[in-house]
Amino acid sequence: MLELKNVSWTVEDNHGRTDIVKNVSLTLHEHKLYVVTGPNGGGKSTLAKLVMGLIAPSSGQILFDGVDITHMPITERAKLQIGYAFQTPPVFKGINVRELLTLAAGEKKINPTQLLFDVGLCAGEYINREMDSGLSGGELKRIEIASILARDLKLALFDEPEAGIDLWSFQRLAETFDKMHRQSEMTLMIISHQERIMHLADEIIVIDSGKVREITDKNTFLGSLTLKESCGCGETCERGVSF
Amino acid sequence: MLDIIDKVLLKAVANLDDIPKLGAYNIRRNGKGISRQSTKNIQIVPKTDQPGIDINVAPGTKGEQVHIPVILSAEGMTDIVYNTFNIGDNADVVIVAGCGIHNACDADAGHNGIHEFFIGKNARVKYVEKHFGEGSGRGKRILNPTTKVHMEENSQVEMEMVQIAGVDDTIRDTDVDLADGARLIVTERLMTEGVQSAESIIKVNLNGKDSSARIMSRSVAKNNSKQHFHMNLIGKNECRGHIQCDSIIMDQAQVSSAPMVTAEHSDAQLIHEAAIGKIAGDQLLKLMSLGLSEEAAEDTILKGFLK
Repeated sequence: MLELKNVSWTVEDNHGRTDIVKNVSLTLHEHKLYVVTGPNGGGKSTLAKLVMGLIAPSSGQILFDGVDITHMPITERAKLQIGYAFQTPPVFKGINVRELLTLAAGEKKINPTQLLFDVGLCAGEYINREMDSGLSGGELKRIEIASILARDLKLALFDEPEAGIDLWSFQRLAETFDKMHRQSEMTLMIISHQERIMHLADEIIVIDSGKVREITDKNTFLGSLTLKESCGCGETCERGVSF
Repeated sequence: MLDIIDKVLLKAVANLDDIPKLGAYNIRRNGKGISRQSTKNIQIVPKTDQPGIDINVAPGTKGEQVHIPVILSAEGMTDIVYNTFNIGDNADVVIVAGCGIHNACDADAGHNGIHEFFIGKNARVKYVEKHFGEGSGRGKRILNPTTKVHMEENSQVEMEMVQIAGVDDTIRDTDVDLADGARLIVTERLMTEGVQSAESIIKVNLNGKDSSARIMSRSVAKNNSKQHFHMNLIGKNECRGHIQCDSIIMDQAQVSSAPMVTAEHSDAQLIHEAAIGKIAGDQLLKLMSLGLSEEAAEDTILKGFLK
């Protein structure tokens, strides 16, 4: 359903040209959950932004359901049912949580209370709160994820959804991703460093230095990590993966 | 009695479809009071020495509203009015003021509303003032409101001042003094476009012990318009005050914001914050990623900001 063909993204500044994403070719299939992981600065977020259209590739082609979306504006991609949860969600003075979720849902009927519950927030406390800097980073992050749950999507991209979220809410969030994967036809691409998220994956894509280093199944990937790590607690450990 | 233009103006500034049937009101059109009604607790009396009215709210009046809209549609007219509000002790009322100008000619039209409030002990007042201009004439639509508020012990005033369309020139001058335990909340919303100009001056004297004031100003300046804000909280006792001025600047507009706090007592706690900036790129991207066009995203952000 999503195909990236030799996609590159290059920035130019006073120090010259830097390739952030280099000739990446990838195919994502319907109803699969992909976890994208890899070292910081490796190009994972850039890849998600290229798919959503927040930035345009320097070269290469992006196809979605067979349609060339390489140069398609963000709004049009959104209408094709692609969604992206920002790593650092913007704040909006004067727009409250309910309004943002309603805006996200468009014509789809939603239950904002349930959506907030799914991301571990008490609706009564948050539904009428303004989306401004009065909310903590973790709260904004969870509302951002709820704004993606509110939509009717074919492809949902999540950029480090666990960042800034406490352990208890994270558990709830992992269950929500699992439910989305099991109960909908949506394809999920989650950028994450967390083992608990990786356990949900059909495939793990490792991005390093702007390239796809490996695409593997979770057992192979996590097995190799357990061998490398020295803490010895194996799969019960809540540690993040280090590279 | 009201024509279609009058009704549009009345709806814009007072959310009234016609002359109200209930409650106290005074409707002023083109320099003259055209309809007035008092109630048992709220007496509206014309002044004899100058244009304007006295609005006398009896002590203990609860849950009543007063509408005093001004509409201006005569060619090239400048209307000056002096209104005095005497709010009795322990009253709790809502006052809806505001001015709508329709100027279809080439001469300037303006309204200077000079309002003075005397708020009794423990009284609570919500004051809503909306300004609106329209009309195809080249003449300017000018509104210069002056508002003085004197607050007695433990009174509370919430002022909501909105001007978001069609006013070419405005100088708003607001001056408030607070006695012990009095509490003031000012919410200002302002939008200018074209070559419009707006200036807002708010001075608050926190004279009383445990008095407090919060001023929240949000504005949007578009095209080549200009805005100036001068806010001053003066703490003369053990008191608390907070000024928050936020402006979104677009196109070639200019905004200057000068929040000022002055402490004349060591237990005065005063804060000012001012921010001017354009719409953040990631705000637009977020809303566009939800399927909104760039124009719709910008409109949503501005409407929310000025809400």
